[in-house]
Amino acid sequence: MGLLSLCIWAPICFGVLILALGRDVHANSVRWFSLIGSLFSFGASLAVYKDFQLGTADMQLVENLSWIERFNMFYHLGVDGISVAFVILTAFITVIVVIAGWEVITERVNQYMGAFLILSGVMTGVFCALDGMLFYVFFEATLIPMYLIIGVWGGPNKIYAAFKFFLYTLLGSLLMLIALIYLYSNSGGSFDLQEWYKLPLSGYAQTLLFFAFFAAFAVKVPMWPVHTWLPDVHVEAPTGGSAVLAAIMLKLGAYGFLRFSLPITPDASHEWAWLMITLSITAVIYVGLVAIVQQDMKKLVAYSSVAHMGFVTLGFFIFNDLGMSGGIVQMVAHGFVSAAMFLCIGVLYDRVHSREISSYGGVVNTAPKFVAFAVLFAMANSGLPGTAGFVGEWMVILAAVKFNFLLGLAAATALILGAAYSLWMVKRVYFGPVANDHVKELNDINAREFLMLTLLAVSVLAMGINPKPLTDVMGPSVAQLLDQVAHSKTPNP
Amino acid sequence: MTESFNWAMIYPEILLLLMACVISLADLSIDHLKSPGRTLTYLLSVSTLAVVAVIAAVNAASGEVGFAFNNMVVYDPLGNWLKSFASIAMIVTFVYGRPYSMDRGMLKGGEYFILSLFAMLGIFVMISSNNFLLVYLGLELTTLSSYALVALRRDNGLATEAAIKYFVLGAMASGFLLYGMSMLYGATGSLDITNVFKAIMTGQIKHQVLVLGVVFIVCGLAFKFGAVPFHMWVPDVYQGAPTSVTLLIAGAPKLAAFAIAIRLLVDGLMPLALEWQQMLMVLSICSLLIGNFAAIMQTNLKRMLAYSTISHMGFMMIGMFSGVVDNNTQGAANAYSAAMFYIVTYVLTTLATFGVIMLLSREGFESEEISDFSGLNQRSPLYAGVMTVCLFSLAGVPPLVGFYAKLAVLQSLVSSGLLGGVGIAIFAVAMSLVGAFYYLRVIKVMYFDAPLTATTVAATQDVRIVLSLNGALVILLGLLPGGLMTICSDSIVRSLGN
Repeated sequence: MGLLSLCIWAPICFGVLILALGRDVHANSVRWFSLIGSLFSFGASLAVYKDFQLGTADMQLVENLSWIERFNMFYHLGVDGISVAFVILTAFITVIVVIAGWEVITERVNQYMGAFLILSGVMTGVFCALDGMLFYVFFEATLIPMYLIIGVWGGPNKIYAAFKFFLYTLLGSLLMLIALIYLYSNSGGSFDLQEWYKLPLSGYAQTLLFFAFFAAFAVKVPMWPVHTWLPDVHVEAPTGGSAVLAAIMLKLGAYGFLRFSLPITPDASHEWAWLMITLSITAVIYVGLVAIVQQDMKKLVAYSSVAHMGFVTLGFFIFNDLGMSGGIVQMVAHGFVSAAMFLCIGVLYDRVHSREISSYGGVVNTAPKFVAFAVLFAMANSGLPGTAGFVGEWMVILAAVKFNFLLGLAAATALILGAAYSLWMVKRVYFGPVANDHVKELNDINAREFLMLTLLAVSVLAMGINPKPLTDVMGPSVAQLLDQVAHSKTPNP
Repeated sequence: MTESFNWAMIYPEILLLLMACVISLADLSIDHLKSPGRTLTYLLSVSTLAVVAVIAAVNAASGEVGFAFNNMVVYDPLGNWLKSFASIAMIVTFVYGRPYSMDRGMLKGGEYFILSLFAMLGIFVMISSNNFLLVYLGLELTTLSSYALVALRRDNGLATEAAIKYFVLGAMASGFLLYGMSMLYGATGSLDITNVFKAIMTGQIKHQVLVLGVVFIVCGLAFKFGAVPFHMWVPDVYQGAPTSVTLLIAGAPKLAAFAIAIRLLVDGLMPLALEWQQMLMVLSICSLLIGNFAAIMQTNLKRMLAYSTISHMGFMMIGMFSGVVDNNTQGAANAYSAAMFYIVTYVLTTLATFGVIMLLSREGFESEEISDFSGLNQRSPLYAGVMTVCLFSLAGVPPLVGFYAKLAVLQSLVSSGLLGGVGIAIFAVAMSLVGAFYYLRVIKVMYFDAPLTATTVAATQDVRIVLSLNGALVILLGLLPGGLMTICSDSIVRSLGN
């Protein structure tokens, strides 16, 4: 069994064991056991990084076993510079989520922890799969635990949110299933992604495939105008669910663009780049404006996620090195920052049981340690230099300026909007005089919360100050991807 | 070859018949008060079926193909595997159904087991028949036993109504089938499926007569599958029959229906494939549409599952009609094996869903409404888990086995190159999205709603073990579906190869 299999199946096995471990009488041992499981998986993901060779765009740590012979499907795993970062991110966020749910979740602890661990393994599988159907299986399998997480531990309107999440994303990915079957028939019976990269396809076929993939991935990212499920779901999901959703599940969509849309349908990607850029820039500006006026903190962060993911897709579809790397850096950065933002809201919510901005004010007076972290993450969210949020946005803006000055200008407004919604929220929630009795009685964060926020803060700062290890890792893979996109695949050019 | 009787090929049937007679005699010795669960009958029935299942599986694994009784009986891996699966399905039905039937006074006599064994014999006869009359014989044996089983609770109004409906409509469907067969017999002069095939291939038989015959045969088959517009009986019978009998109708007989569909349409009437292909296409599209949308409205779980069955039969039929491609035997084998995989996994999943329904029902309390499942997760995480796995599988969410069934069928449709194939595939996929909604609703009730009662769910040891295994198998076959797929495609290739 290879290292990647370990990263995928270790959390799943731990999760299943935890499910079997039983009811809430064992809650404490369940918690420790899940922490051990998530740490173990995180260790495995670090081992992946250790074994990863820099300077090559080839797939590494490849495992290739026959899976379903009749359809020529393979259990084909591997990581390149793009995916290795997400394998580590997934395992890291899972550790954080386990810590975050420690005391907060008191009912059906084993199911909560089990669902998150299984979800973590499945998402890692998405990032490692090199077989089209294996990717799809993992991609879809994420829906089951997330549906249950939202529905069981969510807020008052959780049922609506769970259904919206499931059906919305299922609709998108079912069209992708047809596209995969079409590619399978067209490539003479192969689900191998690397085969598909070489497969010549007519312009018409590429357009259809592009939109089938678009349906699956744009919903997941989510791009404007199919983003409406995200705010509803975020608001109702439990804190851990929101964090995983924003930090990793959204990345599955963006990652899908990199693995499927761009290299399999390069001509269609160029042809429809204008559409993608328009949608992305709309997300950045319009959704950014929408975020400003939100009354609900979680909704605000949800809309800001849509805006940030707009940067990611914008970076991808201007087809230069800086934009592509910038988009990926932004994905990783957003993984840390959005998770941190949601966890901060969770800290407040656990104490006051309100997400409304108007229920707060002057939190800094009673919980100064917490506010120090919260402000740092808000700054990172608005793209302050020196934090993770800045690097990716800056790279994408530079790339956009190279591509078209006006586009660059439009993209740069995001920094202003980001500052506006983040800082205005900071001002209303954290600063000013103590607003009410709830805030007055607020306890500052305990050691567990301190630990979890410190881990995130260190990551955000480290990535902001020195993003070079990340760009070094992904460099060759990004170059290869751009090369694939640059070459036409139509039979008669 | 045609001279020999080849008794060895029908050993499972003989054994089943003998044992059914022996068990019915042995059952007389049981004092219903001393042994309310009729343990002796139960054990004898289950072990008989187990032996038969093993024999059939061994026969299937040998891969032999042959004919017996002057070509009346066909012996091939397709049939043998289906027999084996059907026997296992029946064992599981008995295990789940016994406590339920006992609570409802259905085990005061041994009819439940003995009639089921005769139904099973009918299933075997259908599966291995190579002759129109034998098909009809098997069909009648199964359905007549089923009519009686549905009416087993004779003091129950709903069940009696269901039995009458089932009987009247079933008799009509059998009539359709018989009429179609007689038409073909008149035209070709033979009841032997192989000879009918040869006669049609000569091209000297009047096409109109044959088409008329095919129309009636397809109608009869569509009734047995419960495809729209021949589906009216399905919801009423599923709902009205005692759940242990519903499972009996919903499980093993579906495998037999698949077998006779293959025997009649593919083995016998392949030269008329262009005709029945279009009919199946219409049946399939209607079933997907009506089955899924009607299921949304249901509040009764058994009724919902009935409509969901209709939609699944529509999905399965996609595999049946995708197989007809010009001279592409590989494509045809893929399509039929996809349909076979679909029906086998469908039966597997259905067994567990009805198993959970019966488990939640107690004496004097039917757990049929969807709301009866409220908060099941709090009452019993294990059974809620099994039910959830099955429902997600029926909805076609990976990594559960239902997904691969849908995938295989859709793949055969897309690669068949049928006109509008991709369009139908998109339609089917859209319908499975609709399907996902009502399955999710049940899961929602089990996990998100508060329980109505605090009683824990008690199950006997055998039910508990079999149900857990059943659920585990849905997951296991979802992770590694390759083996079963190979079995399906091998047996189709071998059986249609001659």
